[in-house]
Amino acid sequence: MSYSQKVIDYFTHPRNVGKMDNPDGVGKVGNPVCGDVMELYIKVENGKIIDAKFQTFGCAAAIATSSMVTELVKGKTLDEALRISNETVTEALGGVPAIKRHCSVLAEEALKAAIADYKSKHS
Amino acid sequence: MMLKVIIFKIYHMLKRVYLDYAATSPTDERVIKAMAPYWQRFFGNPSSLHYFGQETRGAVEVAREKVARLIGAQPEEIVFTSGGTEADNFALKGVACVAKSQGQHLITTKIEHSAILKPAEFLAKQGFTITYLSPQKDGLIKPDDLRAALTDKTILVSIMHANNEVGTIEPIKELAEVIKKFRGAKKYPLFHVDAVQTVGHLPIDVNELGADLLSMSAHKLAGPKGVGALYIRKGITLEPFMHGGEQERGRRGSTENVPGIVGFGKACELAEKEMGAEEVRLSKLRDYFIKEVMSKIERVTLNGHVTKRLPNNINLSFEGIEGESMMLSLDLAGIACSTGSACSSNTLEPSHVMLALGVNPEMAHSSLRFTLGRETTKQDLDYTVNQLVKIIKRLRDISPYK
Repeated sequence: MSYSQKVIDYFTHPRNVGKMDNPDGVGKVGNPVCGDVMELYIKVENGKIIDAKFQTFGCAAAIATSSMVTELVKGKTLDEALRISNETVTEALGGVPAIKRHCSVLAEEALKAAIADYKSKHS
Repeated sequence: MMLKVIIFKIYHMLKRVYLDYAATSPTDERVIKAMAPYWQRFFGNPSSLHYFGQETRGAVEVAREKVARLIGAQPEEIVFTSGGTEADNFALKGVACVAKSQGQHLITTKIEHSAILKPAEFLAKQGFTITYLSPQKDGLIKPDDLRAALTDKTILVSIMHANNEVGTIEPIKELAEVIKKFRGAKKYPLFHVDAVQTVGHLPIDVNELGADLLSMSAHKLAGPKGVGALYIRKGITLEPFMHGGEQERGRRGSTENVPGIVGFGKACELAEKEMGAEEVRLSKLRDYFIKEVMSKIERVTLNGHVTKRLPNNINLSFEGIEGESMMLSLDLAGIACSTGSACSSNTLEPSHVMLALGVNPEMAHSSLRFTLGRETTKQDLDYTVNQLVKIIKRLRDISPYK
């Protein structure tokens, strides 16, 4: 598998792994039947994401993109965070192989779901 | 850039443990030595009647005898091919072509290799009807199910000797009995056995097994890649797969792959002498590895049959972790294996074999296959188990399924 060095780095040393106590928003996406499940937790203060954590069942690309998205969202306003797409995430990782693109979509979906969850609880 | 170079160097300096022998095996030194003169010194075309041709003709026929002897066949019953896939294609399409006026029904199983499933799909498009037998949970095909599927339109049954993914060894003899009984004095249905995973690993006698056609591949038994054979029982006619010259008694056109065939013959000769001891050695290592993993890692299941399995096959599912992430982590630790996860393939579906066995999709995605071979030692397996314990813990910490 021709993964970039950055994907391997984020896969072998993922940042922000784990469950969050009392998250403000949770996004659960994917399906174990398809081999990819991601749970993303965010903490929000004054409209800004101040912390993010994740748990993922999936391949190296899924784990690396999950971890990268938690790094990218920290310090962003919710509107800024919503503009993060799977391309943003994969670019930050130096790209992923073409057949792995579907795994990287999960990160964007989980982020959107977590923000939607936060908004539904805090509107 | 420097860092990249250093990482690259470290990656290539690692201790390497190869546990993917079912994919392919290194060519034995003695095989390479046997092949060596046939590139240049003995280069003649075996079809040529002059001295140069007759030298290589002799070598091809000696190799044919060695291949035949390994499976209890007559030399003239062996047709060399470009490998296992061609042998499988030849069997299915070759029978379908000559027997279509007798019937257009074929029976195979859901757990065959793509080299059988794809030609079967192709034949279905040509108007043939295909019945796919479902295995039991342990991978075994029931003779009763085969009996129930046979019709007077059935021209061919194709069942693998042992499954390449989960290692289950099929009851070929009993299945052959069912076919023979049903066939009586008629010509069809014929019985084809894909024995790519077993030739050179388990004792095979085509007469005892009751196979009419049997596929083999050289590189699975320490022979070279790009060569295999189809056993065709005397008296059976197939449509040639490669139309061309009169090579292989008119059954396969194309100038013979002389070095490859010589290497295949040598590999068969070595296997005949050595496979008995190797079978015992590998079975012990296999059982040791399974026991070690089961005792050191929780929530692991063995896929396939517990005892009726290839001596070198271990297929395990690790609950809560996806296979590619395990495989890649092992690769980074220098260990090569394979997985039934979708993420290792171009499709999004997990292994068709796992699904046919009734393994749930999550556990199919979580499977790893380790296949042992000549170079495998107990130390290799201890190293692998140690790495596996660490990797599974790390990935389970990341997974939402604790």
